[in-house]
Amino acid sequence: MTLVQALFYLMGFVALASALFVAATKNLVRSIFMFFITLFALAGLYVLALADFVAITQIVIYVGGILVLMLFAFMLSGKENLDSMMQQRSPFISVGKLPALLLAGLFLIVLVNVIFKADVDNLGWIKKAVQVNNVILPDANMTENIGVNLMTRYLLPFEAVSILLMIALAGAAHLSRKGKSQ
Amino acid sequence: MISLTDFMLISAGLFCIGLYMLVTKHNAIQILIGIELMLNAAILNLVAFGRYDKFNNSGQMFGLFAIVLAAATTAVALAIILNVYKQYKTIDPGRVDHLRD
Repeated sequence: MTLVQALFYLMGFVALASALFVAATKNLVRSIFMFFITLFALAGLYVLALADFVAITQIVIYVGGILVLMLFAFMLSGKENLDSMMQQRSPFISVGKLPALLLAGLFLIVLVNVIFKADVDNLGWIKKAVQVNNVILPDANMTENIGVNLMTRYLLPFEAVSILLMIALAGAAHLSRKGKSQ
Repeated sequence: MISLTDFMLISAGLFCIGLYMLVTKHNAIQILIGIELMLNAAILNLVAFGRYDKFNNSGQMFGLFAIVLAAATTAVALAIILNVYKQYKTIDPGRVDHLRD
């Protein structure tokens, strides 16, 4: 087992375990902070998939932006809310949660079956990509290529996303303002 | 190198944990976290397959777009959650069940 593989399994374990903790814990703030760990482990997995630029974007946007926003929303939504959340005493596995557990477990079984049946490592286009040397190697410097592609090949999606971001910004600002009409 | 199957297994696990959170939680913020987990599972798949596209970078590029869209979604969703809290004094989606008056 090489070092890369060991790191991969470590990151995967950390991601899955912290995600399970997020789902299982009763303490809301702790679950949000645990979600940090999941996102960092996922960024590590992106690096191991040789997508370092996506990993940095993940850290900047998710960890820097979304989680702080979530903490803000949580803190702003009041103390009595926090108390009511603390009161609900329900263990991780109980009769009320059995349907959800069943749904998630069966869906996992279906997904794992599909993954093994699909045999993704021997897909046609992946073999072709390996043959024509269209594979990112560990020493490749992809950021420059991403920048060039963003401004040429993917210009239309880029502009669409920027317009959508502007709409979302205006919509969020409009929703959260303290209007006199309310 | 790491095989694609390993990436897909981890992403399947994350997706199912997100699904579980989506169904069981009684708090809109935790449901949002579940949705983020599912989105991250999808992005992990995009990035893992993007390794086999060196020249066009389609996988990584749409992974980036998905991250940006998730950020926009979360901002709007949190604004809606704050408004719901102002209106109903709760953010349990099960108890947000009547119109304004």
